[in-house]
Amino acid sequence: MSEAVGPARDPGLQPERTRLAWRRTTLASTVAAVLAAKAALHGGVSVAGIVAGALCCGLWLAFLLLAHRRIVALSGQGVPAALTPRHATAAVLCAVATAVCAAALVVV
Amino acid sequence: MIEFVRNVRLWFAPEQVREEGRTPDYRFSLANERTFLAWLRTALALIGGGFAVDQFLPDLRWGWRVGLALALLAAGVLCSLRAVNHWMRCERAMRRGEDLPASRFPALLGVLVAVVALAMAVVVLVGWEG
Repeated sequence: MSEAVGPARDPGLQPERTRLAWRRTTLASTVAAVLAAKAALHGGVSVAGIVAGALCCGLWLAFLLLAHRRIVALSGQGVPAALTPRHATAAVLCAVATAVCAAALVVV
Repeated sequence: MIEFVRNVRLWFAPEQVREEGRTPDYRFSLANERTFLAWLRTALALIGGGFAVDQFLPDLRWGWRVGLALALLAAGVLCSLRAVNHWMRCERAMRRGEDLPASRFPALLGVLVAVVALAMAVVVLVGWEG
């Protein structure tokens, strides 16, 4: 198995570790999305709650897509491309927007 | 503050970052990316904590519950914005061959989390119910 890996393999397994870090982060965002869904459906169904909950689920899907694209980029052979600022900013904006939806759910 | 605004502009203009200095060893960039992701997870955990305070402490008075939840959510927003800002600053420092930027944010976040935890302990022990 290990002999099948190409010559460019990094002994520190940096791309693999970075990939796993992205997976851990998607797991954290999944927990936040599940809590958002619970908050949206808690204590009776309201239009504002449903809209905010749906937004949180959409943001979760957007984050999954971003993470998936980065994981694919890290899985290729050779030296992986660096993370672009746009990619990082998009991931952060997903988290910020989730927090804004959460604030709306908490206050309403 | 002006430095922060300039950094925000750089988030959306990756070409400008590319032009500066020399490309560092890709392993350093990946390590920086993992640090960024660790901070992003911290931010997501704080946001999840905000949801959890609102959901799992229903007996608290409204003001306390909403105040604690909003404090955690605000900390999550700050933490995630700081994550991308610090990642950008580290990336630029590595490109220019400068020292990595120092930050007092971890200490501030630690103090804030400690204060919120103490407030939670007091609220739960004393039992100010709504």
